[in-house]
Amino acid sequence: MSSWTAFRAIVTKDMKTYYLKPPNISWGLVFPFAWMLMFYLRSRTPLDIRALLPGVVSMSILFGTTSMLAVTITFERRSRSFERLLLAPIDLSLLMLAKTGGAILFGVLNAFVPVAVAAFAVDLSGIGWLSVIGSILLIAASSTFLGLFISVAVHEVFEAQTFSNFFRFPMLFLCGLFIPLTSLPVFLQPLSFLLPLTYGADILKAAINGDGILPLWVSFPVLLVFGVGLFLFSLHNIKRKWVL
Amino acid sequence: MLEVLRAEALVKRFDAVTAVDGVSFGVRRGEIFGFLGPNGAGKTTTINLLTGLARPTSGSMFLEGREYTGRPKQAQGLMGIVPDESNLYEELDGFVNLTFCAALYGIGKAERQQRAKRLLEQFGLSEAGKRPFKAYSKGMKRKLTIAAGIIHEPKILFLDEPTTGIDVASARQIRALIGGLNRYGTTVFLTTHYIEEAERLCHRIAFIVGGRLVRIGSLEELMTEHQRETVLELAVEEAGPGLAEALRGRFPSYAVHRPDERHLRVVADSTIELLPLLGALAEDGAVVTEAKLLRPTLEEVFVRVTGIEAAAMKQEREGKKK
Repeated sequence: MSSWTAFRAIVTKDMKTYYLKPPNISWGLVFPFAWMLMFYLRSRTPLDIRALLPGVVSMSILFGTTSMLAVTITFERRSRSFERLLLAPIDLSLLMLAKTGGAILFGVLNAFVPVAVAAFAVDLSGIGWLSVIGSILLIAASSTFLGLFISVAVHEVFEAQTFSNFFRFPMLFLCGLFIPLTSLPVFLQPLSFLLPLTYGADILKAAINGDGILPLWVSFPVLLVFGVGLFLFSLHNIKRKWVL
Repeated sequence: MLEVLRAEALVKRFDAVTAVDGVSFGVRRGEIFGFLGPNGAGKTTTINLLTGLARPTSGSMFLEGREYTGRPKQAQGLMGIVPDESNLYEELDGFVNLTFCAALYGIGKAERQQRAKRLLEQFGLSEAGKRPFKAYSKGMKRKLTIAAGIIHEPKILFLDEPTTGIDVASARQIRALIGGLNRYGTTVFLTTHYIEEAERLCHRIAFIVGGRLVRIGSLEELMTEHQRETVLELAVEEAGPGLAEALRGRFPSYAVHRPDERHLRVVADSTIELLPLLGALAEDGAVVTEAKLLRPTLEEVFVRVTGIEAAAMKQEREGKKK
């Protein structure tokens, strides 16, 4: 019970201190619009919002979680306030779930901004909402845990940003959102299937537009394995590197 | 006196470097136990081992008689930790920082708010409680960090260099706070490289050098152990110029010096009998206004035991301040 008091306090503190700050909220709102505009200018054709939705949702989550978490944890480690958490009588797994909980929640909220905007512009009937919600949660969790993995690997805040991009940009172009997987060069295709976003984006494409290439019973478990795997690997690294 | 904390043969190696080398000691309930040593002696590493921020290479640790080696989470709820740098959240105000720290120890909302309010009052920070931590002076930051360390009412409070890098007035206030906390029953484990701080605050002191404990004892024990001779200093008035010589003639086993016009210093290998000495002085027409036994200072004892010059310690702490 007392651990959950601590868990709630950490999530609430992080949401207030980092994620729900005006610059981050505006980022969550501006980002999807900027991407939609970019596609409009690029194609010069009437905007098919529904076709763009899986991509914009995925990117909103990816950009809202990975670097945010990596930066906040690296910042707290630099200021040594993270030590305070390590010294509290909370199990390390629960502590890291609490630290990542705020970012996951922020990612989920970010994902629903483009969905809410799209709801005013196009007909969203026929969408598999259960799959959409499930994939949003899993993409948010795996992207956040990727941020956790990055935060354990770096020492400085700027390194966290740089290292996040090292993962994010290849992931964006190889996950099949903008370039169909079948159109990718043959040697890059296996690489796509090593990225968690490929499976998350495919679920969203299948649920929103019915054009996914993998069955849901494959994508969901694989995405779950990516999330759990990244979390456990990061936890192992934290024990090894932060508790000397 | 019961021990709150015990370390048995603690060793910590970082590759080829042995930072803590077979350290054993116990901290008794209600005392301020000081760890005194230069930078790099192993003070912070020892705290990190005891609090669970580092894993010992070997050795055992006990809190309230129960071993917690390899299971620090079982003991952390009973410990309060104040690191050498204030590490609260810059964006949060003083009150929220305290309630957040209390929540980390599972304290309910109403209780943690009550405790935070009480501590802010106790530490003279009531008005500052609504200001963000980043707006605090260094001294205020250190005070709030100590308050955060005790909000869950720990069995033992670890203070790592609590007055390093802050101004003299704040350091005095913090020493007074530590003394006050101890008077109300808080057991304190304090690391410092300020010899005078250890001398003023600690009931028992351990000297640590190169990761090894070289001596441990109460101030009295350390002083007595290193008191090679008895030195009595007398303040005298109306004393003639030949007083020292006259006394040397009467008490050949004493060495008598006259450091200045108004003082007389009597040195003996064993105890000095006061009454015959005062009688002889009275006969010579000298008026004794004060008599005090001179003891070696902790600084002198530290230098003798460790071989480290006090000047080197001072230089280090000046460097650390900067």
